[in-house]
Amino acid sequence: MKILRQFLIILLYSFIGEALNFFLPLPIPASIYGMALLFLSLMIGWIRVQDILEAGRFLIEVMPVMFVPAGVGLMTSWGILKPMLLPVSVIIVVSLITVMAVSGLSSQWIVQHTRKKEEDLSDE
Amino acid sequence: MNDFLTVSAYAGVTISIFFYLFGMFLKKKFKFGFLNPLLLAILFTIVLLLLSGVDYDTYNTGAKYLSWLLTPATVCLAIPLYEQIQLLKDNYKAVLVGIISGVFTSLFTIFVLALLFGLDHQEYVTLLPKSVTTAIGMGISEELGGYVTITVAAIVITGVLGNIFGEMILKIFHIKEPIAKGIALGSAAHAIGTAKAIELGEIEGAMSSLSIAVSGILTVVGASIFGMFL
Repeated sequence: MKILRQFLIILLYSFIGEALNFFLPLPIPASIYGMALLFLSLMIGWIRVQDILEAGRFLIEVMPVMFVPAGVGLMTSWGILKPMLLPVSVIIVVSLITVMAVSGLSSQWIVQHTRKKEEDLSDE
Repeated sequence: MNDFLTVSAYAGVTISIFFYLFGMFLKKKFKFGFLNPLLLAILFTIVLLLLSGVDYDTYNTGAKYLSWLLTPATVCLAIPLYEQIQLLKDNYKAVLVGIISGVFTSLFTIFVLALLFGLDHQEYVTLLPKSVTTAIGMGISEELGGYVTITVAAIVITGVLGNIFGEMILKIFHIKEPIAKGIALGSAAHAIGTAKAIELGEIEGAMSSLSIAVSGILTVVGASIFGMFL
């Protein structure tokens, strides 16, 4: 019954997210509303992390499998994609690499910079 | 046979999970980085459908229940985020700068490449939201008047490529800090990249989860501004 109760809480947040997505005129999906609200509830202490932990861990662990149907769905968009194949492929590959490099390196630089500053301070 | 598969509620799910686990088995056995279980599961399933002449909608009568779980699973990404809250507070500057620069880089790169390829407005706005999670990206594409189906395809391909080659790209650019790794994966390859980040470690997973939400929301605003440039 424990896992069932945990799953109920997670579904409840998904459902609230769905409702917000329906009633608010923003292009934000149910899952993002749900995630933000669950995070807030954990912070405030409305929900304890152990109230959702096992079911939550399981869902996160098997998450990659949930993308298989969307990936297989690419076989139906092949016809539409074909005329734009070259620009689409180049844009996908180039932006994947540049975004990872810029966001990763900029945050890494700040992390290391802050750490160095703290070390300098503690040396004094 | 096709008649039975059309009404089968279990065929799609069973095939998807079986091929995913088979992909895991191959990855363990041969230890090649490009043997990505997600990619293998997608390829094997497509090949099986093509060989047996079963169409996608038929497969999806069962497989849609896997997609149904995506929303609750994404909601649960709040858990790793909550568990890393102290780290997040200590590094909020690095996190914000990383995500904001990622969103800007994505929009800017797509703008420049769209100019180079001479894309028209509709093709351009189709690709603008391709780095964010599917549901947000679809909404943006629709709002700006893009081809939503192509947006979805571009988003899924981006995620899968990020999942497969993400680790390699991180290595090439010497991105070693767990925080930075997570932000790079989440900003560039949304939820599918986050699945990889979770495999790399708890910090990576938490930071990547946060990036999906924040970069998604920033892209809603950013894409509508960049949409006016072409």
